[in-house]
Formats: sequence, structure tokens, C-alpha cells
Amino acid sequence: MNPAYRRHHPKWHRARMPIFWWLRKWSYFRFIARELTSLFVAYAAVLLLVELRAVGAGPEALARFTAWLRSPPVAALHVVVLLALLFHTLTWLHLAPRAMVVRLGSRRVPDVAVLMGHYGGWLAASGLVAWVLLR
Amino acid sequence: MPETLVLEVRRYRPEEEAEPTWQRYQVPFRREWMVLDALNHIKDHLDGSLSFRWSCRMGVCGSCGMMVNGDPVLTCATYLETLLPGPVRVEPLRGFPVIRDLVGALTDFLVKLRRVQPWIVRETESPPAQGEYRQTPDELAAYRSYAQCINCMLCYSACPIYELEPGFLGPAVIALAQRYNLDSRDQGREARMEVLSEHDGIWACTLVGECSTVCPKHVDPAGAIQRYKLEAAAAWAKALLRPGSGP
Amino acid sequence: MREPGLWLLFSAGGTLAALFLPVLVAVLWVAPGVGWLEPPAHQALAAVSGGVVGRLLLTALIVLALYHWAHRFRYTLYDGLQLYHLNQLIAALTYGVATVLSVVAVVVVWG
Repeated sequence: MNPAYRRHHPKWHRARMPIFWWLRKWSYFRFIARELTSLFVAYAAVLLLVELRAVGAGPEALARFTAWLRSPPVAALHVVVLLALLFHTLTWLHLAPRAMVVRLGSRRVPDVAVLMGHYGGWLAASGLVAWVLLR
Repeated sequence: MPETLVLEVRRYRPEEEAEPTWQRYQVPFRREWMVLDALNHIKDHLDGSLSFRWSCRMGVCGSCGMMVNGDPVLTCATYLETLLPGPVRVEPLRGFPVIRDLVGALTDFLVKLRRVQPWIVRETESPPAQGEYRQTPDELAAYRSYAQCINCMLCYSACPIYELEPGFLGPAVIALAQRYNLDSRDQGREARMEVLSEHDGIWACTLVGECSTVCPKHVDPAGAIQRYKLEAAAAWAKALLRPGSGP
Repeated sequence: MREPGLWLLFSAGGTLAALFLPVLVAVLWVAPGVGWLEPPAHQALAAVSGGVVGRLLLTALIVLALYHWAHRFRYTLYDGLQLYHLNQLIAALTYGVATVLSVVAVVVVWG
């Protein structure tokens, strides 16, 4: 081999990922929106704690909390929180069949059935909680 | 129906330019043509310097994957008619370094694929005299969809995590590992677990789900990854509760 | 190798949050806020949150929801804004905040 020969490696082009890659496509944006519902989950957990503390402090403390709930900006915020949490629930349950292959004997339960089972379970759990709180 | 259609093709000639450029071509429009036919027309009649990969032209070899109007598709399976009125943007598959024009470097995928040992791993080989390893239809069904992967890499282009984290194993590699993990003839589950359970293995995946959306063979790599996460987490928990018995 | 454990916490938290948070938010905060329903009486809430079962469920829900947020938000920052160089800091902050708030939760629920 000619000692003057140098192996030629062409320069590969490596594209850089833009910071706002998730604005590039609707499905990416939906993904980030779905992930950001975790902020609303945290908010709900913290506010639950605040309410529990008010409950522990007595009826007057709870009444103050309820009055705060009724102020229009707070009520509007909580409607948004509820919508975000519903988005979390629906996307979370929709992905449930992906993680599990449920078998009855040797037949695989179709994804639709697993999905309906999850939604049914959610509605049942919600109904139970509503009944416990409102009876 | 128009007579012609414009293709805007991403060119990259490393010996001539430092950055990729666009080049416009006007190709005849035929109702039965795929994007691949248009590209071949360009190469045959308009510009012989255009480089791209293709082979079977019927969706089984996985060679002709490219970005068409921003979506990763098999160009042999995408009708020009669905892209009217154009112009149609054709780029190399995202997520991979570009060697030239529409040709990407797939080395990273091949290196990662090898690491998960995509073949039947046996601890004990039965002698040929005992016959084949038999498998029932149900056992085949357990991994069949993952065996349909044609290594077309569309899932890697669809996955933002693969583009963001170069160490990520990626959808097809994990799906192919699962294809063997779930094969009743295979005994290599533990061997693969170490590679898959790395931080850049399955755990980098955040279930964006785009990989399964774009897969032309309905492999559902997202499902494979999710199932494996459950399995790996269960194995981890078991090892935690019974130290010394786990991997 | 902590990833499997963190993922299990994330999954459990996500599932509990998916099943229980919408109804809780609707009944406790939205319906009273917009005036559709009277909020549950103090007595009812005290009874639910005073019993051992109620306390266990509330602790599980709140603590796991917090860790769900921590894990998910950590990855959202990591991938969404490409803050790889801050990985350790983000992990420490998210899981740290979740842990601190979990301690607060135990104190409030069981105190």
C-alpha cells in the first residue's frame, strides 16, 4: 500500500436538536403537554394537604378554606386543574394496555377489553369516593 | 391531476459544502408513483449525483426510509398522490449523521443491536438427534409482532429521546431484544437484562409513543418497552427483597 | 441502579393520581368553587381523614403523587429543555422537594 495514502473519511453532517423541538410537531407538543400535567398532580397533592390541615384545625379554618375556593380566580384555576388532571387520567389509562398483556387461559384479552376495564375501574373508584364524601 | 410535481430534496456533498442545502426538482406526476419512483426518476433523468438507499421497493427490506414533509416514512410505500399539490420535502432520516444527500449513517443502531444479542441464546443445547425446538402457535404469538421489524429506523427518527440522548438504545433494539426474550426457545433473558437495564436502556424512554405510530410493520416498540420496564422493575424489586437471589 | 425503583414510584403515583384526583378535585374544589354543590361538611371530612384506613390511603395518594411529579418533571426538564448538564441538580431538587413534602404530609395526616 502506498504509504502516502491517507484514509479519507467524509465529514458526516450531524444536525443539532433545537431547544424547542417539541414545537416542531403536534404529537410532540401533545407529549410535553401530557408530561406537564405532573405539575397539576403535585398542585393537587399539596392543596389536599393544605385542606387536611384546615380540617384538623377545625370548622372555622375549613370555612376560610372554602371561602377561598369560592373566589372567582381560584375557582377558575381549579377548573383548569381539573381539566389537566382529566387529561392525565385519560392518557394514562389509554396507555395501560401497552404495558400489560393480560391472558385468560391461553387467549390474550384484546386491548379494547383491557382499556374498558381500566375506564370502568376509574369510574367505579370515582363513584365510590364521591359517595363517601357526599353522603 | 397535475402533470408535474416539485420535490425539494436535501443535498449534502461533503466534498463541496460544509452544510446541507436544498435542491428543487420537477418530476412527472403519475398516480401510481411512490416517492421512491420520483427519486429514481431524478437519478435516472435529471441528476445522477443524487444518493439514496433503496432495494426491494415493496416495504420489506427497510432500506428506503426518509423524512417526507417532516414525517419518517418508507418512500416505497408513500404515494405521490397523497402529497399533492406539493412541493414535497425529502430529507434523510432524522437522528442519524448524514453521510451524503439522503444517506444516513446507521452504525450507532447496529452497534446497539449487537449489544442485546438478537439471536437465540441457549444455556444448554439439545443434541440434533432430539429434533427441533418445538413451539406452539400461542408461543409464536407471544413474540410474533416484534419479529416483524425490518430495521427501517423510522422509529428512531420519530423518537425525540433518541435524538436528545445519543446513548439511548432506541425502540427497535429494545423490541428486538423482547422478540428473543419472549421466544420460548430462548434462554438469554438474564444476559440481555444487564444491557437493557442501563440508565440509557429502557429507562431513558418516556413513552412518547411516536415510534409505534410510525412503524410500517405494526411492531409496537412502545409496548415492548413498557412491558419490559414492568418486567425489569419487578426483577429489581425481587432482587431487593431477596438479596443474593437476583441477577 | 435506582431507576427501577423511581419508575415504580412514578407508576404507582400516576395510577393513584389518575384514579382518584379528578373526582377529589371535582367534589372538593370545583363544585363548591362554582357553586354547584355544597362542599362536604367538616364532620364528614374529619371522619374520613381521621380513621386509620383513610389516613393510610391519603398518605399513599399524596406521597406517591409527589414522587410521580418529581420523576416526570425531572425528565420533562431534562428532555424538554435539554438541561443535561444540570441533571444532578434537577434530580436533587425534584426528589428532594418530593421527600420534604412527603414528610410534611405524614405529619399533617397523622399528627
